[in-house]
Amino acid sequence: MTEQIFAGVDVGASRTKTAIIDADKRLIGHCVLKSGTDFEASAEAALKNALEMTGIPENAVCRCVATGYGRRNVAAADITHTEIGCHARGCYHYFHTALTIVDIGGQDNKVITIDENGRRLAFKMNRKCAAGTGAFLEEMSARLGIPLEEMNQLARSATETVELGSYCTVFSATEVLEKIRQGAGVPGIVKGLFLSVIKRIMEMHPLTGNVAMTGGVVAHNPFLVTMIADMLQKDILVPDHPQLTGAVGAALIAMGRWQADLHRPKGQPMDKEEGCNDCK
Amino acid sequence: MNEQKKLTRKKIAATKVCKKIMADHFYEMDEAVKTGSRKIAWCTSVGPAELLRGMGFLVYYPENHGAMLGATRMATDLIPYANALGYSPDICSYLTCDIGSYLQKKTPLKMAYNIESVPRPDVLVYNTNQCRDVQDWFAWYSRELQVPLIGVHTHRDIGDVGPTQIKDIAIQIEDLVPQLEKISGETFDMDRFKEAVGYSRRTSELWRACLETAAALPSPWTFFDATIHMGPAVVARGTKSGVDYYEILLPELEQRVRDGVAAVEGEKHRLYWEGMPIWGKLRALSEQFYSLRACVVASTYCNSWIFDQLDPEKPFESMAAAYTELFIVRDEPFKEKYITDCFEKFKIDGIIFHDAKTCPNNSNNRYGMPERLSRKLGVPTLTINGDLCDLRCYSEEQTRTNIEAFIEQLEGI
Repeated sequence: MTEQIFAGVDVGASRTKTAIIDADKRLIGHCVLKSGTDFEASAEAALKNALEMTGIPENAVCRCVATGYGRRNVAAADITHTEIGCHARGCYHYFHTALTIVDIGGQDNKVITIDENGRRLAFKMNRKCAAGTGAFLEEMSARLGIPLEEMNQLARSATETVELGSYCTVFSATEVLEKIRQGAGVPGIVKGLFLSVIKRIMEMHPLTGNVAMTGGVVAHNPFLVTMIADMLQKDILVPDHPQLTGAVGAALIAMGRWQADLHRPKGQPMDKEEGCNDCK
Repeated sequence: MNEQKKLTRKKIAATKVCKKIMADHFYEMDEAVKTGSRKIAWCTSVGPAELLRGMGFLVYYPENHGAMLGATRMATDLIPYANALGYSPDICSYLTCDIGSYLQKKTPLKMAYNIESVPRPDVLVYNTNQCRDVQDWFAWYSRELQVPLIGVHTHRDIGDVGPTQIKDIAIQIEDLVPQLEKISGETFDMDRFKEAVGYSRRTSELWRACLETAAALPSPWTFFDATIHMGPAVVARGTKSGVDYYEILLPELEQRVRDGVAAVEGEKHRLYWEGMPIWGKLRALSEQFYSLRACVVASTYCNSWIFDQLDPEKPFESMAAAYTELFIVRDEPFKEKYITDCFEKFKIDGIIFHDAKTCPNNSNNRYGMPERLSRKLGVPTLTINGDLCDLRCYSEEQTRTNIEAFIEQLEGI
């Protein structure tokens, strides 16, 4: 019997993520690439890489769902879905409980609440501002000349936190330079940058109930999760491969669509509003 | 790829008449300026237009010009010229784009009507019921053009409107008369004034009836249609042509309701729009909602030209009451009750709050209202960040994603 697999492609502002799941909803292939300037090419390459990881031919992909800012640039996608819906779906898959989901992406932050059945209750995205997003850390990393991948360890090693007052990325950069001039240590500054990201999140939502965190910033900076757990005084749920959560959600939605659509041949348009119990 | 619904909307036949009324409004003023035949008063959107009409002035509305600058997407390029004069990018973008338009001698009237410039005022008349910015806006022109500036100062954040407030505003309006007589050179004529109030009252009744046709399932028109068709309610207030227009539009909408004509084919979701329109994105947003089978059926903005209190027999007092009972002047509990009533009447599935960067008075999301209404009514809400005219404050992709995700949420997916 031919293997049935499902693909999710999450073309984010910074990175393109792909996830391939099998009929048992297991993640069997994945890839993360820079999105760059050609979203279509990066999506194609990331999908190819993920498929190669599975060793299963492309024609076994029953359905493919694209999400993220570049979701309309994915040639292989049967349907698009917003990243808000995909992160919610992906997180619910891992935890099966009511959640407040915090996704810190390259360009925006999202706070999504879902009930115990996975149904979305509300969501918020950050205002049109880079404050508190991955872009903020990238900008600061460049300003300070610190490789992004070293920030987590630097923050963890800090013995002090250099707090930043401004929430503007540009003003924060000026403030950081001023702190350096005053003799502040780099680890404390990086921890202060993490704190700044956390403050922006906590301004969006009170983060009640079970809190799960996803996204590339969380994936590469687990100390940020430790900090927020300390501040909230509760454990934070983090799914396996937090950077892939949106892509996994997209793949799960693809599976749901396919199940709802079994009697319709691939290529025939799917109607987004038809609904599907598996997409809760 | 996701299937987008093709736009197959049935056009509103009255649109032609609407366009003619708007054109005539500007041609009449342009002619008056060239010949000196009539005096021109500039008036804020809900200023004392009936009094001005009753005293023989032609009335020009700079806010209408601001909306045109926004809709033609000229505004964003013009705003910086006002910013450079010290008018902050954070204040009303109608003000800044309009002053920028004056400074650069660029107006959408040129392309629309081949009119070179907005009509020069003989007097500037404001009512601060909209905001303080309108007074500052007119004050700039008063200094620039050496034109008299007079106005009414409205009470703000009012719960129940009481006799004290109405009496105060009525006196303020009446106090304008001697100043206007001096400028117009005409003696105040009470009958003419009452006639203008009567026309406004009738226009308001018809406009309300037009808006309320959207309570039908499916709705015969959308908020985006109404923002265009409210033009005569704004500029022809206090005139017979305003009444005449809505006596044409209303039967057409009522016929649509009887025929089951849907503004959004296959209407699935009914939304309320709270806040200012994003003028430069009306078409894009209209098309996105259409493709998602969502109809924005009601709005605070379009309702703001309903003046139930107007009464020709008590012109000063009723104008004072009408212009003080406005949504924008009221306190939070009133506003919540108002939206709750609309939620029920129009069978709303979700509320969209537009947080307009430069218009705090029309951005009612800023004091927790979406959260309170969501809890009270069990209705999902969405806040989008943007602006009425300044597209530098607007992120196309973020807004599209937010709206799409909101509709997904309404669909339970």
